[in-house]
Amino acid sequence: MSSSRRSGPPAWLQAGPFTAVFVLFLVLPLLLVVAVSFWRATDYELIPAFTIQNYIDVFNGCGGGGDMCVTFKTYLSTLKFCLLVWAITLVLGFAVAYFLAFHVRSTGMQTLLFVLCTVPFWTSNVIRMISWVPLLGRNGLINDALVATQAIDSPIEWLLFSPFSVVLAFVHLYTMFMIVPIFNSMTRIDKSLIEAARDAGASGWQTVWNVVLPLSRTGIIIGSIFVVTIVMGDFVTIGVMGGQQIASVGKIIQVQTSYLQFPMAAANAVILLATVLMMIWGLTRLVDIRKEL
Amino acid sequence: MERTDPRPFSFYALAIVFGLFVLFLYGPMLTIFVLSFQGPEGGLTFPMRGWSLHWFVRLWEGLGVVDIAAAFRRSVALGTVVMLLTVLLALTAGLAFRKRFAGSGVLFYTSVASLIMPSIVVSLGIGLQFRLLDTGVKTLLEAWAPEGWAAQYGGAMGLYSSALGAHLTWTLPFGLLIMLAVFNRFNPEYEEAAADLGATPWQSFRHVVLPLIAPSLVGVGMFGFTLSWDEIARTSQAIGDLNTLPLELQGLTSTVTTPAIYALGTVTTVVSFIVLGVAYVSMTALRRRTARGRAGQVA
Repeated sequence: MSSSRRSGPPAWLQAGPFTAVFVLFLVLPLLLVVAVSFWRATDYELIPAFTIQNYIDVFNGCGGGGDMCVTFKTYLSTLKFCLLVWAITLVLGFAVAYFLAFHVRSTGMQTLLFVLCTVPFWTSNVIRMISWVPLLGRNGLINDALVATQAIDSPIEWLLFSPFSVVLAFVHLYTMFMIVPIFNSMTRIDKSLIEAARDAGASGWQTVWNVVLPLSRTGIIIGSIFVVTIVMGDFVTIGVMGGQQIASVGKIIQVQTSYLQFPMAAANAVILLATVLMMIWGLTRLVDIRKEL
Repeated sequence: MERTDPRPFSFYALAIVFGLFVLFLYGPMLTIFVLSFQGPEGGLTFPMRGWSLHWFVRLWEGLGVVDIAAAFRRSVALGTVVMLLTVLLALTAGLAFRKRFAGSGVLFYTSVASLIMPSIVVSLGIGLQFRLLDTGVKTLLEAWAPEGWAAQYGGAMGLYSSALGAHLTWTLPFGLLIMLAVFNRFNPEYEEAAADLGATPWQSFRHVVLPLIAPSLVGVGMFGFTLSWDEIARTSQAIGDLNTLPLELQGLTSTVTTPAIYALGTVTTVVSFIVLGVAYVSMTALRRRTARGRAGQVA
C-alpha cells in the first residue's frame, strides 16, 4: 500500500542517470582496459588484435632464478608498503575509535572529537603531504632540533623523500578510513556485553580481545579494504613523498600511460586489479574463518 | 544518571594516544599555514624571516608557466558542477532505491566497487575510452565530412567530459551511501499522511520529503565539492590540456622551491574550510527551520 502511494516516477527512470554515469565512466572504461590489454600498439596508434604479448612483456624475466624481475620487485615493494601501512593504520585506527566509542562519555564530545578526526579528509592530500617538508626536510624542525640538542652530528637524510616519509604520509592520510568504519561498528556494540564480560571477571585486555575486537569485525574489514586498495594502486603519495624515486605498481601504469604505451599499461592495470581483488577476497575470508573457529 | 567511577588507566593512555594523533593530523598543516606568511627573504623551512603576504601575491601572478588563477577558477567551476550533479543523481537514485527495482543490487555493488577501485585503473580506462572515441570521430570526419574538419577536431577529452565523469565515479558512491543511510531512517508515515490529505506524489516529495532530507542533501553536496576540489588520481589520465588546481599543485611540488607552494596550500585549504563552514551553517539553519515548522504546526 505505502509503496504504491509514494510511487511518482518509475524507479528505473529515477536511477537512470546515476546508472548511466557508472556504465559510461566505470564499466565501459574497465571493459576497454581489459580489451586493450590484448591489443598491439605502434608509436602512434592502437591496433585491435588478440595477443598475450603485453602480459609476456610484463613478466619478462620473471621465470628464471637469480635476480627478481622488475614486476615482482615492484609488487613486493608495494606489498611491503601495503602491509606496513595496513598494520599501523589498523592499530592506530582501532585505538582512536576505541577511545571515542568507549571512553568518551558524552555524545556531544564524541561527535566533536569524531569530526576533529575527519575534517582533514576534506582537505587536499597533496597539501597534507608537502606539509611534512618543513618538519622532515634536511633543515626541517626535527633535524634542527636533533642537531641543536647534539643528539646527532649531521642532519638525518632518510626522513624525507624516503620509504619512511611515504609510510608516514599514508598513515597521516588514510588512518581516517580505518577510524570511521571501526568507530561505526563499535558504537553498535551493546554496552551491557562489555559489563557482562567485566562481571564475568575478564580483564580489560581480555574484553577488548574477545568481545570488542570480534564485534568490530565488519568495520575492520571495511577499513582494511579501503586502506589496502588505496595503497596498492597509489602513485601520487609514493611519487610526492618518495621524491619520484620509489617504484610502485600504480606509478608504472601512470608512466606507461603518459608515454602512450596503452596496451602495456592496460595489462598492468588488469594484473593490479586481479591482485587487489584477491586481497579483498582474502581479507573477507580471513575474518570468516576466525568466526568459524 | 552520571557515572562517577574513576577513570581507568587505559583512559589516560588512550587519551594521550588520541591527543598525539590529533597533533599528528593538524601539526603539519599548521606549520605550512604559518610558513606561507614568510617574508620575501624566507625559505621553505623555519625560521620565519619576517611576515608578509609576498608569496600569496607571487602565487596570484602565476608560478612559472602555470596560471594558478585560471586553474583555481577551473577547479571551482568543475567542483560546483560535480556538486550539483552529485546531489541530483544521488537523490534520484536514493529515491529509486526506496522502491525495489530490477538490478538494484548490481547497481549498489557497482557503485561500491567504484569506491574501492584503484583510481589509476579508472583513470586509465576513461583516458583510453576518450582516445578511442577521438580516433573514431576523426576517421568518420575524414571519410564523410568536408575537407579540414578532421584536422580541426580537437578531441573530446576535457574538463566537462572525461574529468567530470572521473570525478562522478568518486563522488556518487559517497552520495548514494549517504542517501541510503538517510532513507533507512526516514519515517514513511509523513508521506502517508500527506497522501491521506490528498497530496500528489510530487507535492508530497516537494513539501514533505525534501524539507526533511534537505540537511543531508547539503552534506552530499559538500562531499561532492570537496572531493572534486582535491581529486588527483582519477583525473590524472582523463583530462585534456587544461589541468585542475590539484593536478597543477602536484606538478609544482617537484619544481617550486619557494613558500609560494605553501601559500597555495593555505589557499586551497581555506577554500575547503569555507565549504565545510557553509555546509555546516546551512545544515543547522535547515534543521532549525524544519523543527520550527513542526512546532508551529503543533501549536
